[in-house]
Amino acid sequence: MLAYLIRRLFAVAVMLVVIMLVVFGIFFLIPQWTGVDPATMYVGKQSDAAALEGIRQKLQLGDPIYVQLAEFFKGIFVGRTYSGGGDVTHCPAPCFGYSFRNEQAIWPVLADRLPVTLALALGAAVLWLIGGVAAGVLSALKRGSVWDRTAMIVALSGVSLPIYFTGLLSLAVFSFGLGWLDGQFVPLEESFTGWLGGMLLPWLTLAFLYAAMYARITRATMLEIMGEDYIRTARAKGLREPVVIGKHAMRSAMTPVLTLLGIDLGALVGGAILTETTFSLPGLGQAVLKAISERDLPVILGVTLITATAVVVANLVVDILYGVIDPRVRLG
Amino acid sequence: MHDTAPVETGDAGVAADLTKKAVEGRSLGRIAWNRLKRDKLALAGGVVVVLLVVVAVFAPLITKMFGHDPNEHFESLIDPLFSTPSGAWGGISSEHLLGVEPVNGRDVFSRIVYGARISLLVGFLSAVVAVVLGTVLGVLAGYFRGWLDAVISRVMDMLLSFPQLLFIIALVSVMPNRLLGLEGTGVRMLVMILVIGFFGWPYVGRIVRGQTLSLREREYVEAARSLGAGGRYILFKELLPNLIAPVTVYATLMIPTNILTEAALSFLGVGVKPPTASWGQMLSTAVSYYDSDPMYMIIPGLAIFITVLAFNLFGDGVRDALDPKGSR
Repeated sequence: MLAYLIRRLFAVAVMLVVIMLVVFGIFFLIPQWTGVDPATMYVGKQSDAAALEGIRQKLQLGDPIYVQLAEFFKGIFVGRTYSGGGDVTHCPAPCFGYSFRNEQAIWPVLADRLPVTLALALGAAVLWLIGGVAAGVLSALKRGSVWDRTAMIVALSGVSLPIYFTGLLSLAVFSFGLGWLDGQFVPLEESFTGWLGGMLLPWLTLAFLYAAMYARITRATMLEIMGEDYIRTARAKGLREPVVIGKHAMRSAMTPVLTLLGIDLGALVGGAILTETTFSLPGLGQAVLKAISERDLPVILGVTLITATAVVVANLVVDILYGVIDPRVRLG
Repeated sequence: MHDTAPVETGDAGVAADLTKKAVEGRSLGRIAWNRLKRDKLALAGGVVVVLLVVVAVFAPLITKMFGHDPNEHFESLIDPLFSTPSGAWGGISSEHLLGVEPVNGRDVFSRIVYGARISLLVGFLSAVVAVVLGTVLGVLAGYFRGWLDAVISRVMDMLLSFPQLLFIIALVSVMPNRLLGLEGTGVRMLVMILVIGFFGWPYVGRIVRGQTLSLREREYVEAARSLGAGGRYILFKELLPNLIAPVTVYATLMIPTNILTEAALSFLGVGVKPPTASWGQMLSTAVSYYDSDPMYMIIPGLAIFITVLAFNLFGDGVRDALDPKGSR
């Protein structure tokens, strides 16, 4: 187990380094190949030659690529100091660089937004896990019934609907039409009930999409498992049906669900970009989208790294959980 | 799993059958088609898909028939106070079948028809990119194994755990406005096709690799090898034909996902830019009018929904039809 953990942690580290390299490539190499000088993005359109040169020196944009890369890595792990061209600025440990737009360090801004995104992702995950898995299991057990057919048609529709469309529809119906909910985001520090009211529609919309996916997967896996020999054995030795399903079938049915959950949750931590845009939630996804429209590359880079880390770590947690949930899996 | 083939009624029945007519050989394609024909929902999906393709191909003809250019403004139909279409239901009339857009009054029907081109083209071609890359790399990994397999498998694992939408957005947004002699909408579509396809290939690659690993050990491959067949012959004549079924299934189910991604990109403003009509971009304009002009949000939303649902129904049907475990 310990050896496995060490091996996996090493793989995680390698993975993150590769992702950082790719991100660096996307944001610093592609613009250079296509002839966009990153320095012009900092000073904007009024390209005063002196200002451009100042920025280039300060951010070391004129240095060779490998020096820039080394500084970039150094910034993330130990922080870096921008000292070229006169004034000195220190950027502490997780240094993702400076925003092209307002010359603010990026990490603090993103750290403010992270809780909103986390609340959205985790709240929705609880809903879709309960709803999706329950619907899937019921459908599998009552295969071919009216319930099964209805649930599967709803699920197929669910995966075919763009989330921003369901989001807008739910806003139009529940917020504008019926007036039940405000549909406005309220920070948690201001009012708990207000926050809950603002998060309810985003949670439900996001959960509906994923519940549909999870229901389809759960049903398919359950159908396969119910035909396995060990289920017949469990029945043959006289176990009651709820025990057969709950203890024997469900445990192995959870394996693919868990795999998906790891990937999905990790990706959502980087911002449920579409959901946050539709409901104007001030999370990471909204930040990254704004950054994209302003071509504020360091912000995009920061969010991408946070997301990649979340995905990789979530996958690791899931792999460890396999051993706990599915008795057929032995880590080693 | 449980729908086993209807058991033939013993030897006597088979013998009786044989005397009646010669045994008919049925190819996989034939069997699949026979099953697909019985699947009503899949057929309905298929019909809608064909219709959509016709609409996309003949978009200029169709819009001409109904008399409106997708970029023609009809400001007279707009309420100057709220800048939304005057008249009920978003300005739907016999003249404008699906109403007009807020602000400039462009004909929604024409824009939906033209939007189908973008969605289908990007959805289909990016699936082609993913399938070609995934099949080639998957077969290479599965057939040659060793270090090549190790490298390709690690790359697939990594791509699968990338935050995809974010990377797609990032890549699309740093691409230049001019590329390979294309400009504007052309570049944006090309970039979307390549990037979406690039992030899709590991899904195909994983399946193809697994299939190849098991297929290369089969007796018929061994037989070919012992008869002196070279690597190329085995790859193209023995392995690839057996990979067509799983790859087809994956490709049909990948198109709707890619259509959703394209729409999302255009919705977020990094895909196709106005004035080119695309469904995702129409929905992003509709965000500002969801309370005052709900029809303008519902129509492009339904267009995406119907298209994606049709592809999904058809893809599910193809999957069931090609499933060797299913009943024949």
